[in-house]
Amino acid sequence: MTKRKNQLTHPLDSLVRTDRIPHIWCPGCGIGTAFSACLIAMKSSGIDLQKTTMVSGIGCSARVPGYTNLDSYHTTHGRAIPFATGMKLGNPELNVVVFSGDGDLFAIGGNHFIHGARRNMDITVICVNNLNYGMTGGQVAATTPSMSKTTTTPMGNPEPPFNLPLLAFASGATYVARWTILHTRELTKSIEEALQRRGFSFIEVLAPCPTGYGRRNRERPLDSLRFYQEKSIVKNDAHPADIILDYQKGITLGTFVNVDRPTFTDIYEKTCRLDPAACM
Amino acid sequence: MRPEVLTGEHFLTGDEACAEGALAAGCRFFGAYPITPATEIAEHMALHLPEVGGTFIQMEDEIAAMASVLGASCAGAKSMTATSGPGFSLMMENLGLGIYTETPCVLVNVQRAGPSTGLPTMPAQGDMMQARWGSHGHYEIIALAPSSPQEMFYQTITAFNLSEIFRLPVLIMADEVTGHLSEKVVIPEAAAIKLQTRKLPKGRKDRFKPFQPGPDGIPPMAAAGEGYGIHVTGLTHDERGYPVMSPDAHEKLVARIVGKIRNNLHRIIETESYRLDDAEIALISYGVSARSSLAAVDEAREKGIKAGLLRLITVWPFPEELIASLAKRMKALVTVEINLGQIHLEVERCSRGQCPAFLVGHAGGTVISPDRILESLEAISK
Repeated sequence: MTKRKNQLTHPLDSLVRTDRIPHIWCPGCGIGTAFSACLIAMKSSGIDLQKTTMVSGIGCSARVPGYTNLDSYHTTHGRAIPFATGMKLGNPELNVVVFSGDGDLFAIGGNHFIHGARRNMDITVICVNNLNYGMTGGQVAATTPSMSKTTTTPMGNPEPPFNLPLLAFASGATYVARWTILHTRELTKSIEEALQRRGFSFIEVLAPCPTGYGRRNRERPLDSLRFYQEKSIVKNDAHPADIILDYQKGITLGTFVNVDRPTFTDIYEKTCRLDPAACM
Repeated sequence: MRPEVLTGEHFLTGDEACAEGALAAGCRFFGAYPITPATEIAEHMALHLPEVGGTFIQMEDEIAAMASVLGASCAGAKSMTATSGPGFSLMMENLGLGIYTETPCVLVNVQRAGPSTGLPTMPAQGDMMQARWGSHGHYEIIALAPSSPQEMFYQTITAFNLSEIFRLPVLIMADEVTGHLSEKVVIPEAAAIKLQTRKLPKGRKDRFKPFQPGPDGIPPMAAAGEGYGIHVTGLTHDERGYPVMSPDAHEKLVARIVGKIRNNLHRIIETESYRLDDAEIALISYGVSARSSLAAVDEAREKGIKAGLLRLITVWPFPEELIASLAKRMKALVTVEINLGQIHLEVERCSRGQCPAFLVGHAGGTVISPDRILESLEAISK
């Protein structure tokens, strides 16, 4: 009986809304791996999970909070970071984790991302980058490689993509890392580190989207994983301007930034709670 | 350190009075973005919110401001923002999220003349239909229209109370003149201000369903971090908060959310009557235009025209039955507002053909003078 019970439970079940499974993700999708890495990190980090809340925008990756058995908020497209900002300031005791996709966080939500990083808002932002808008069927995103085909760039993408860690660094993020879903241990460790530290932490997770992106670019799920294995170079502490994400040359992975800087709240408490007579 | 309630007599602008009302109502988060003529609300809050333990942040745009307000409310803080036309347009997206996720908060629109950038420093009342229908999908909304700085103070408290009772964003549809006008504002003792707070969950945390309504149609609200493990989504959802993609679930949820207002009209709608008892022509107005209308009624009476005024303190939900009963006993209804006919359309609809409905209005930029209203009254009464 005990054996049967063991077979039926998964170590992460307590963190999953099992009554919501099956999930919406396609076969070969990488989001599930990023999801489980996040849950493992949440458990191992030792943070108070009752005080932990997940926030997302819209898209495939934005469905993660809905499957997580914690307080979770599935908000509007691109607006997870300002929503999370309000949550953190409304109750500074909360650990606020934004889990969303590249289209959500960097196209429609790009402005919010750079300002969240600039303020060093004490939140953790995990971005699954699958190089396209998956939920709507594979359209070009701000992260789609040049010349790649999507339903809205049928002849090839004429635009260059963002280098997300460089953008995060330039905007002021105090923790910046990039991993792939093949590098689950490093990814998990990185999320754990981000959850335990204060300040704006950003982790990019490269993940295949065979349905939306792969099939139009001759990239099967295993091709993506093989690529992650063969072409990735781990260079911790590399300058974000030097890291690459180039399907010919390779991908730089690692933790690139991990610095201390006072958060928005730290500075607000010190400067804004003075007697107003003293400031006017 | 200042008290939370600034009891006493003050000389304040409407914008400042609004901010004082918010502080007195227990607002502890303000998500800002500057815009004329609402900026002074943000400035007052930036200075005084930290003194009462609250937090002010100026966000990167109005979209973010409104999103942050919802986030703060979900974390348990009474929260608000203030804007004007262009910012109001940007806030419509997350206003819809607030309505559908039943997140209490207050959104002030100090109206200026539009469309687009329009006349930034000049008054209008051209966003009244945007207030009603500006976010996509079908919903009901509560919108109040203050006519003075004193009312800016009280209506902000009322807006917070209504938002907490009904778990909805509540709008204050002010105008540039009311926002910038300085007048005496009397702030009572804290004990004399009745405050409402959201209904909290009871019972076992693991069995709590965040969108299971009480008998009044309103679900108790758990904040993040309290151990309820709730899910909140802008997708159509069931009582557990889980997405459900079906017309039946959608009908049930939208009907309940709409019902929160439709079934409580008597608790929400407030109007004020002036010399209506023996009137033959009723002016219907709100905000700064109601002040011009009030003067016009007295002047008309001096000329022997039996005019009266119905001032809308609540504009949405619309006092449909009251307008219908007025239309029954009036020779004409005249709506006075700074636009080319918005509330006028509602008045016309609600008069149900029982009497003619007229509009005194213009596109915006200045208040409507009592003289213009009087001219119309004279023409109509002939």
